[in-house]
Amino acid sequence: MMTTRILEGLGRLYVGLLLAFLYLPIIIMALMSFNVSPFYQLPFEWTTEWYTSLWQDDQIIAATWNSLEIAIITTIICVVLGSAASLALFRYEFRGKKVLHALLFPPIAIPWLITGTAMLIFFFGVGIGRGLFAILLGHVALALPYVIVVVSARLQTFAPELEEAARSLGANQWQVTRRVTLPWIMPGVIAGGLFAFAVSFDQFVVSYFLATPGQTTLPVEIYAAIRKGFTPEINAVSTIIIVVSMALMLLTARFFKFGGEK
Amino acid sequence: MAVEGAVASRSGLRSALPLLAPAYLWLTVAIFLPLSAMVFFSFMTELPLSGKPWAFTLGNYAAFFSQSLYLTLLLASLRLGLEVTLWCVVIGYPAAYVLAKVLKGRSREAIFLLVILPFWSNGLVRIFSWAMVLRQGGILDTALNAVLPFKINIDLMYSYPAVIIGLVHSYVPYMVLTCYLTLQAIDDSLIEAGRSLGASRLQVLKRVIIPLSMPGLVAGAALIFVPVVGSFMEPRILGGRTGTFYGTVIEDQFVAVFNWPLGAALSFILLAVVLVILAVASPVLRRAA
Repeated sequence: MMTTRILEGLGRLYVGLLLAFLYLPIIIMALMSFNVSPFYQLPFEWTTEWYTSLWQDDQIIAATWNSLEIAIITTIICVVLGSAASLALFRYEFRGKKVLHALLFPPIAIPWLITGTAMLIFFFGVGIGRGLFAILLGHVALALPYVIVVVSARLQTFAPELEEAARSLGANQWQVTRRVTLPWIMPGVIAGGLFAFAVSFDQFVVSYFLATPGQTTLPVEIYAAIRKGFTPEINAVSTIIIVVSMALMLLTARFFKFGGEK
Repeated sequence: MAVEGAVASRSGLRSALPLLAPAYLWLTVAIFLPLSAMVFFSFMTELPLSGKPWAFTLGNYAAFFSQSLYLTLLLASLRLGLEVTLWCVVIGYPAAYVLAKVLKGRSREAIFLLVILPFWSNGLVRIFSWAMVLRQGGILDTALNAVLPFKINIDLMYSYPAVIIGLVHSYVPYMVLTCYLTLQAIDDSLIEAGRSLGASRLQVLKRVIIPLSMPGLVAGAALIFVPVVGSFMEPRILGGRTGTFYGTVIEDQFVAVFNWPLGAALSFILLAVVLVILAVASPVLRRAA
């Protein structure tokens, strides 16, 4: 009994250490964005100077707008196309359904380096070229499988008899979908949408290969800045990104249990 | 009955098609056609449409096999993937066990969320945050020198360990997640039964817990190994000059050297390696699902 308690105590301590490992670098980076010294010198002196100078950096502002626009459009397209596809996969029986499910796997499993360079070659070859439209094409394709998987998971908990009942009460296909099925899968649709937003907003690799100097996204701009040298401005913009994406995921967790239980 | 089924199946596809077509067309245009195009271009001397004359060639693949550089780098990337995966197992598995079997209720939920939260934040930014910690005169250096009585110089930045630390930090939540899912599915009474039959803690771990959670370990390993082998941004930022790997060479072909056909061939070789690894892991994964 005694050993069990000691072991459990050690276990808790260990998880605490893991959390420190995961969060300390991020916290330090965030703190440095509020430090006066441009060379990250201590002692710490509070300032918001780096955030104000960020506000005047036209390149960063433009890239941020691009990132937001692409993420929002990606989310809308993915939610509509993804929910429709999930519904079809759930509702109808047909040959080749297993193949369609399996086809969702490669975009998730293949390293983005390969997908990104392949998109670059193909888009260039067929004349789409690089730029924001190419980035949008890529982001939707990357996020779509996640949305289908999440919405399908929610559909697994849906009883098809409810659709039957509504139909037998005289509702047409569209009414059944809008009044019965959609309200039920809504939490899945919202979670899938937040996923899609996060995949797009945080996407670096694919954007990197498809961006051009004028048409770029925030992570690509940050990568370029990091390679030029470290500045507290990069810390400031990084801190904003981290806060935004973590807040998004907390929101997603409200709609979708990751643990798989309850 | 069978005839009826076939009719239903055909009409099912007809109703399903309008709902399915947009999503799968998009995936075809932006994923499957590009991957096929990459294979095609990897057999060319020049990109068509660039105006220059082009021809079919095996030269890009010959380059891979004749110059030991590429093979060496691929092996270095595979080794990097292996090392990062092992560290993630060593660090992540015990944490997943504590989460699944020691913590209960709300605190378990909260800590689980805390572990996987960073994973869903920007990877580039997290790698950058390690640069803050690891560089000379950085936080690790300052903190250690403040505590230790003697002067040491910590300058891990631009070294192999820095790349390992950054990648483990990026991917360890995957391992915690997949192992947690399989560990919490293990019935506690199995563990108690083993213990009451006289098995030591270590024996229970070796004979009951690890075998039953194997699918989670394999899934986590595959999810970590594959992207690490293809990583290029992390070695570039944290590895500096020591950070040349297979992924960075592919990146160079596309953004610096502009030898796209060679880049395509190198990418395709990486894809083949990745597919072999996934194929090996998939029987275990299917059993898990």
